[in-house]
Amino acid sequence: MTQKSPSADIRAALTDISPMIAGAIPFAMVFGSIAAQKGLSPLEAVLMSATVYAGAAQFIAVDIWSNPVPVLTIVLTTLLVNLRHVLMGAALVPHLEPLRPWQRYYFVSIHTDESWAVALKRAQTKGLSPTYIMAMTLPFYVQWPLATLVGAVIGNQVGDPARFGFDFVFTAVFIALVTGFWKAQRQTAVIAVSVIAALITREFIPGVWYIFIGGVAGTVTGALLWKPSVDDAGEAT
Amino acid sequence: MSLDPITLVANLGMALVTWLTRITGYTVMRRFNPGGRLRAAMEALPPAILTAIIAPYALTTGPAEVIASALTILTALRFPVLAAIVVGTGSVVVLRMFLG
Repeated sequence: MTQKSPSADIRAALTDISPMIAGAIPFAMVFGSIAAQKGLSPLEAVLMSATVYAGAAQFIAVDIWSNPVPVLTIVLTTLLVNLRHVLMGAALVPHLEPLRPWQRYYFVSIHTDESWAVALKRAQTKGLSPTYIMAMTLPFYVQWPLATLVGAVIGNQVGDPARFGFDFVFTAVFIALVTGFWKAQRQTAVIAVSVIAALITREFIPGVWYIFIGGVAGTVTGALLWKPSVDDAGEAT
Repeated sequence: MSLDPITLVANLGMALVTWLTRITGYTVMRRFNPGGRLRAAMEALPPAILTAIIAPYALTTGPAEVIASALTILTALRFPVLAAIVVGTGSVVVLRMFLG
């Protein structure tokens, strides 16, 4: 265990999360703007960002929003869109040991694609500390409802995030993280199968099933490629 | 500032199911002590799901995104994540100007 100062953890957390914040703010503003066009009040839009706090699900919800509000459809769609978090939460298990139980459930309850990926990257190199988790998640949480409010109030004047490449920030971050995983573990087959499964699924199944199915396909590939080794002799039968 | 009751119900329903997806995987898997094959699966999970999230967008949106993705990978192989983000987003803006 290396000794880490809290201020160094805070600096690292803010450095790691700031590109994600830059990428997320334009989308929160677009969400606020679309929600306003669909007839949601700024309060309702902000409340959704603060309580649901899941970009993809919120965009799809306001997309199918109509009058009367199809409550059941919206809730079930949200469930499907967010199924990937079941897998993502499972992947956090080995890394949250340094945290107290409430801190673990705090992070698990609030994790997003972005903060999950940032935490995993940190866990691989330095391990996770409570300070790092707090300093990384709080600013990323706060920006979402705040930028939603701005978007809901200024409405149609919100520009297209694609104009300055903001829409690509998220993709670039995830590509860089996958490349990092590949450098560390050479899981070429896992990544290749995930790509192929995701592409095929998106071609044939509407919605965001490609994330879940692509993720499961890669995970199963990792399990199938496993071979008992000397290290596992204690567990293998 | 209006708050419609039906909207509130839909909103709270969304929040509840989202929270359940977030905590379920962690809560269930914590009870196991994965070894062997299950451990290999858990190690493959993060790159698998990260890849599945972005692969269709990176590969099927257009030539600008494909080239920018390749440049992002090449940068990330040698430099920190931040450099890869700068190269990726910078190149996608330039490439879109030329490739549409």
